[in-house]
Amino acid sequence: MKTLASLTTGLFLLSGATASAERLITSLSSHQVLVSSSFTGTELVLFGAIESDAGTTPRKTGYNIIVTVAGAPQQLVVRRKDRIAGIWTNAESNTFLGAPTYLSVLSNKPLDEIAPAETLRRLDIGPNLIPRMHVAAGIESGEETFRDALIRLRKQRHLYIDDPAGVTFITPNLFRASIRLPAESPVGIYDVDVRLFADSQNIARASSAIEVVKVGIEQFIVTAARDHGILYGLFTTLMALLTGWFASIVFRRD
Amino acid sequence: MQIYLPIADLPVNIFLLFGMGLAVGFISGMFGIGGGFLMTPLLIFIGILPAVAVATVTSHITASSASSAISYWRRKSIDIPLALMLLIGGIAGTVGGVWVFSLLRSADLLDLVIALSYVILLMTVGGLMISESVRAMLRSYQGHPVVLRRPGSHTWLHGLPFKFRFKRSKIYVSAIPVIGIGLIIGFLGSLMGIGGGFLLVPMLIYFLRVPTATVIGTSTVLTLVTMASATVMHAATNQLVDALLALILMVGGVIGAQFGARAGQNMKAERLRFLLGLLVLGVGIRFAIDILVQPAELFSIRAVGEGG
Repeated sequence: MKTLASLTTGLFLLSGATASAERLITSLSSHQVLVSSSFTGTELVLFGAIESDAGTTPRKTGYNIIVTVAGAPQQLVVRRKDRIAGIWTNAESNTFLGAPTYLSVLSNKPLDEIAPAETLRRLDIGPNLIPRMHVAAGIESGEETFRDALIRLRKQRHLYIDDPAGVTFITPNLFRASIRLPAESPVGIYDVDVRLFADSQNIARASSAIEVVKVGIEQFIVTAARDHGILYGLFTTLMALLTGWFASIVFRRD
Repeated sequence: MQIYLPIADLPVNIFLLFGMGLAVGFISGMFGIGGGFLMTPLLIFIGILPAVAVATVTSHITASSASSAISYWRRKSIDIPLALMLLIGGIAGTVGGVWVFSLLRSADLLDLVIALSYVILLMTVGGLMISESVRAMLRSYQGHPVVLRRPGSHTWLHGLPFKFRFKRSKIYVSAIPVIGIGLIIGFLGSLMGIGGGFLLVPMLIYFLRVPTATVIGTSTVLTLVTMASATVMHAATNQLVDALLALILMVGGVIGAQFGARAGQNMKAERLRFLLGLLVLGVGIRFAIDILVQPAELFSIRAVGEGG
């Protein structure tokens, strides 16, 4: 991340030097999402404006925006089933050390039309946040890699979102993006990284954050189970005994 | 209505869960069993991790066996000294089961072992139940009276030392097979998320000659105490018991059991055993298909530090 930071500063200096500075100003509809038992997902709206000075030279191709929303990095194990002695069971696995729990990449057009893949990779934008692995030996070409499988499975659960039409320009200098958070959104701080591109170059950046917090009975249960295991077990058992006792009274037949 | 299960970490329809509780409760009431061998697989089939399913079902069975233990207590059909002796083995077996469960889980073998145990145990027991009940039904069609093995006849088990007399059951047996049976049930129960009633009752009848008057009441006590202690142990060691999931299941379960018990009253014993055998075998076959046929999805993701 240090190299990224210095790279970005470098870019700012560069764009400052050419005296054609655009400024990116963004605002989120909310910075905190409360997840309760009945949470079925939500949508946050990000508004942004591109401010240019009087001296800014007009861009040939117009502005493009890429918004990357990433949950905290997490250690994920991806396993693949294989037939061993006639039985399908988990065999090979790959561990991804810093895969984001949630990843949403929104843009106003497909990423490859905004900037070359190499530039995006250098800036750690979009799917490049998912760590790459050396392809394990034994996997033939044509087979799905663990990384592809990770992305596909996360997309199925709407935890990874790829939307090349997720950013809409209202006027040439004003845009909005809707960030969808599914029911299963993991808790934590989500980084919101907004990049302004013009002529295939990243010319400005704005950062923000969303906090996803679990509240209510659900959070209480998770904390209790983790921090007070024995007490939690005793309580659950007591609840079971009371349910059984209650049923035997309500349905007593003699 | 979707509800988010905190430990299972999954949104599930609350009515689906409640309905599953009702259905399994109905079947368990009908056959006089705890229903764990049905509930655990059902939870696994709807996508809950096997480890969470096993740990949570232990508390579900606690509730259903508590309600039946109370009614057997009122009818005085529990042999308390026999239950206590079974429990010596039962608690030890539960400790062992939870310990092996944790070991397998850290070695990443738990899902496979749970599936294999279900295949082997359920297909064997289901097959035995079906053949035994079919023979009994044939005999009664041919006009012969149904004769179970005569109580009081001796097997090698009766030659073992440390004999005890259990007054209410009118049996005089060695402590070794009693504790041994408790051990097996406690171990399998906490490892597989089953109460073990469908194994325990036949074992008590055939090996110890416990009479029908006390066999179910006494077995319920063993199920209740082993499952209650398994809940506490699973919660303390692996933190996989989902209290919210358990609550929904157990409320459905105890209600369903009442209707099931009524439905079961008018059915012949061997027909009940035949149907139960079919059910047990069916779940076993379903598990076998799951591990023998290539799954549609080969990949799975697990966050390190999460259940599984």
